[in-house]
Amino acid sequence: MKKLVILGAGTAGTMMLNKLYNALDKDEWQITIVDQHETHYYQPGFLFIPFGIYEKKDVIKPKSDFFPSGINAITAQIDKIEPDNNRVLLKNNQVVTYDYLIIATGARIAPAETEGLQDKLWHKNIFDFYTIEGATALANFFKYWKGGKLVLNITEMPIKCPVAPLEFVFLADSYFTKRGIRDKVDITFVTPLDGAFTKPRASAILGDFLDKKNIKLITDFDIARVDNDKKEIISWEEDEIPFDVLVTIPTNTGDPAIERSGMGNELNFIPTDKHTLRAEGYDNIFVIGDATDLPSSKAGSVAHFEADILYENFLSVIEGREPQAQFDGHANCFIESGFGNGILIDFNYDTEPLPGKFPLPGVGPFSLLEETKMNHYGKIMFRWMYWNFLVKGLELPIESNMSMAGKRM
Amino acid sequence: METIELIGREIELDEDGNLKNISDWNEEIAVELAKQEGIDELTDRHWAVINYMRKEYEEKGTAPSIRRLTKESGVPTKELYQLFPKGPAKKAARIAGLPKPKGCI
Ligand SMILES: Cc1cc2nc3c(=O)[nH]c(=O)nc-3n(C[C@H](O)[C@H](O)[C@H](O)COP(=O)(O)OP(=O)(O)OC[C@H]3O[C@@H](n4cnc5c(N)ncnc54)[C@H](O)[C@@H]3O)c2cc1C
Repeated sequence: MKKLVILGAGTAGTMMLNKLYNALDKDEWQITIVDQHETHYYQPGFLFIPFGIYEKKDVIKPKSDFFPSGINAITAQIDKIEPDNNRVLLKNNQVVTYDYLIIATGARIAPAETEGLQDKLWHKNIFDFYTIEGATALANFFKYWKGGKLVLNITEMPIKCPVAPLEFVFLADSYFTKRGIRDKVDITFVTPLDGAFTKPRASAILGDFLDKKNIKLITDFDIARVDNDKKEIISWEEDEIPFDVLVTIPTNTGDPAIERSGMGNELNFIPTDKHTLRAEGYDNIFVIGDATDLPSSKAGSVAHFEADILYENFLSVIEGREPQAQFDGHANCFIESGFGNGILIDFNYDTEPLPGKFPLPGVGPFSLLEETKMNHYGKIMFRWMYWNFLVKGLELPIESNMSMAGKRM
Repeated sequence: METIELIGREIELDEDGNLKNISDWNEEIAVELAKQEGIDELTDRHWAVINYMRKEYEEKGTAPSIRRLTKESGVPTKELYQLFPKGPAKKAARIAGLPKPKGCI
């Protein structure tokens, strides 16, 4: 029997499991998947929890619902990968050997990287919304909050779902307006980037949205530390920004297991060929999703497009051929913009997000870089697609490589 | 195409105002670029960063992030911001004759 091991049963790992399970001969292949948790979190749903739109029960399902029968699922923490010995050591002392390995261990927040962030105000006046714990703690805080200075701060790039912080402030504007206290809430978006977003045209357009919604934008701010007594964030240049509530996107890193394996870069992301998705330096290891160091967005939609490419390349490699399929960095993100509207962006390594239309057979077209109700429905529909198609590895009517159709130059 | 005159030579710039051809770079040009960025004198510590960045660029094809800089150049973050105020990664890259580091997304 040949052995395929998949590390991580989140979005990308579960998707690859289902795709390859259907393609590989069951008499020849044994497939193992390893994850530390039994619950699958729909992370895009975390965004809605602080505003009472979703609750915890709306974003969880048992991982086992998505495991086909006949595979070997192990619930345990990964200690480290020994790529030169083709084996993985687990914290429960189990040793798992493999012929081929797919790493899908994702990214996580690392608040301890910033002095004073995870201190006495943590989950009292300082919250993240990238974890279920942070998002639900923030929901409880907002319920009784009477207003004041709300500061959102991105610590450093890259972060998963780079549009989520913008969506957060858009939704906050909408939420406090509906609660009738918008005039008492001062919202400031503080970023290390030189604009609202990374790419120039989208950055300008999204910056205008901030302005229109009366959200202040502070750029080029590199946070050094948090003063818990004065309630301030302080930059390396000693600029201070006071807050009553700080919503932080802490440093994002790959899992510490990657560091223990000696396979990560300075943020524990794994050097990966940006076109073939093969781990740099290892012919029998592929990497997918947030765990890679690719210069693309860390998003579920990206993992989905990568999965099509990885699927083809995996089947080539096990037959002794070179990987042929090329990932182009395609990302497609619905940006929730508040008051029942949304904005859509679609881009890849070479083409920045452009305005225009995004055709989708049977459903679309959606408007790009414009606020519409239709885009909001796209975002809401995404959860249903996620559970029913995406993680099950079923086909969606959207191309893995980006198309220029409908885009305005 | 934008060009500037530095040490008596016409030098081409890219859309970010960084050198278009890294082969145009030399230490004299670095000194001039630093002045444009408001840094009057390049000390040994500045050079440690600049040389590290150039080495990293040659090996990896991209300029390093701040995190990588502090981890591997031996210059602590605080000092980096003192040496190259307002965006050390961007400024040091420009002075080192490299393209602007890509804010990845
Ligand atoms: C607030 C928020 C909003 C988002 N919104 C969107 C959106 O609107 N659209 C979109 O496309 N994407 C969105 N994303 C991003 C999306 O959720 C991720 O990009 C996607 O889940 C990545 O999939 P992955 O499989 O790489 O990682 P994950 O889904 O995070 O899975 C990683 C898995 O590996 C396991 N693991 C890691 N280390 C170990 C270890 N040492 N031992 C055992 N198991 C381990 C983890 O338990 C986890 O199950 C959002 C993310 C957040 C946080």
